Amino acid sequence: MKLILKIWRQENATAKGSMHTYSLDNVSPDMSFLEMMDVLNEQLMEQGIDPVAFDHDCREGICGSCSMFINGEAHGPDRLITTCQLHMRKFKDGDTIHIEPFRAKPFPVIKDLVVDRTAFDRIQHAGGFVSVNTSGNTQDANAIPIEKADADKAFDAAICIGCGACVATCKNASAMLFVSAKVSQYALLPQGQVEATDRVLNMVKQMDDEGFGNCTNTGACEVECPKGISLENIARMNREYLSANVKG
Amino acid sequence: MGVTLSSTILRKVAMALSGIFLMVFLLQHFVINITSVFSAAIFNQFSHFMGTNPIVQFLLQPILIFGVIFHFVMGFVLDIQNKRARGTRYAIYKGSANSSWVSRNMLTSGATVLAFLALHFYDFWVPEMNYKYVEVLPEDPTRYYEELVHKFEDVTRVVLYVISFFFLALHLTHGFSSSFQSMGFNNKYTPAVKSFGKLYAIGIPFGFAFIAIFHFLNH
Ligand code: HEM
Ligand code: SF4
Ligand code: FES
Repeated sequence: MKLILKIWRQENATAKGSMHTYSLDNVSPDMSFLEMMDVLNEQLMEQGIDPVAFDHDCREGICGSCSMFINGEAHGPDRLITTCQLHMRKFKDGDTIHIEPFRAKPFPVIKDLVVDRTAFDRIQHAGGFVSVNTSGNTQDANAIPIEKADADKAFDAAICIGCGACVATCKNASAMLFVSAKVSQYALLPQGQVEATDRVLNMVKQMDDEGFGNCTNTGACEVECPKGISLENIARMNREYLSANVKG
Repeated sequence: MGVTLSSTILRKVAMALSGIFLMVFLLQHFVINITSVFSAAIFNQFSHFMGTNPIVQFLLQPILIFGVIFHFVMGFVLDIQNKRARGTRYAIYKGSANSSWVSRNMLTSGATVLAFLALHFYDFWVPEMNYKYVEVLPEDPTRYYEELVHKFEDVTRVVLYVISFFFLALHLTHGFSSSFQSMGFNNKYTPAVKSFGKLYAIGIPFGFAFIAIFHFLNH
């Protein structure tokens, strides 16, 4: 198939970017979206044009690094997938595809489609962990019985890969889904209780300091999240946050 | 005000609380107004009570005015902050793929309701204040029904009111269930909350519209 690609090109973090148009022939419907980008880049290099920079690593939907806002949606038109899992069969011959970086003030563009998502790392550093003494007498995690329903919910939250699609897609650039997943995975487990109060207060504070927007419950994040993280987690975080504020 | 609420979650909860407060008020307002369809006497009784009771006048009314102002100022503040959080805008943004129009346009529906509130104040609150505190006319416990019916003789006003109630319904279609989510309430009862929310969001504005049209046709 033949495609028209309109891609955001930006030299570096400070340069002014703009959309550029490229046309690409002989795209196979079986290619993944990133393979299509590879083919485009080879063509660009042959023409002596700087290839399009984009994030990728695992290419199997587990690392969360591939980003891209494709035709107005984070990770493109399909559901419960990352960009590396998106296939060209989702598009038609002759389609025009708009490709933009994930946009949020706290996710500044580094180059082309690559954005700096270290804001998420800083939120994690603020409280997304449990402190465990590893000096030889570590307790086996399985020694603490946990109800199946809670364990499942904690796991469902823990599968968040920190991709940032929730922020990119939210009309308010809110990071509530990501942060709530990271808060919930501990809030649901006994191991997480020790630091529960500080965790939610510190992580939310870091989230706000980074400049993410206010949630208005549109639910777009849940729909676009490649891991299907549920809005229930946001409600849980709000409860945790309110009770942590009361406890002080 | 508002701006000093220090975190995104606290701002959100304040928004939800003020929204819930307004929805409770709206229900009370509706219950009184609907009596006007059945009985001028009952409507007058209620209105006379509301209009002269010192607790209603000097405690609840100021709280209500504060609640309305807080809610819409906060709505604008959040919207400005949220636009800023995006930074550069997307060339193509397909909101319809993952969220409802009402949820993305709470400011638009809210601003329409705000414009309505201005008209509504001009229609009822200003004359009321004038009656009581400027001209200081003697209280007539039977005047309220006449005042109400008189307002709805004008077709333009009825049309404006009905349009506004439509936008109020849109606002509440998202707002009702959203306020529960903001308060951290999301569990096995959530589907019931959503259904009840739809019922309230459509029922109450429809009821208000019905009252306006009823008096227009009946005068
Ligand atoms: C009788 C009048 C009104 C009622 C009953 C009402 C009710 C609500 C409710 C229940 C919410 C949901 C809160 C939440 O999601 O946590 C809400 C949100 C909102 N309201 Fe209103 N509202 C009214 C008037 C207004 C007005 C006049 C404005 C003016 C602009 C406005 C602007 C907003 C905005 C922007 C939101 C979205 C905020 C958000 O979802 O976080 N509302 N409203
Ligand atoms: S919540 Fe979903 S969309 Fe957001 S960072 Fe985690 S995996 Fe990505
Ligand atoms: S490259 Fe790892 S999730 Fe797409």
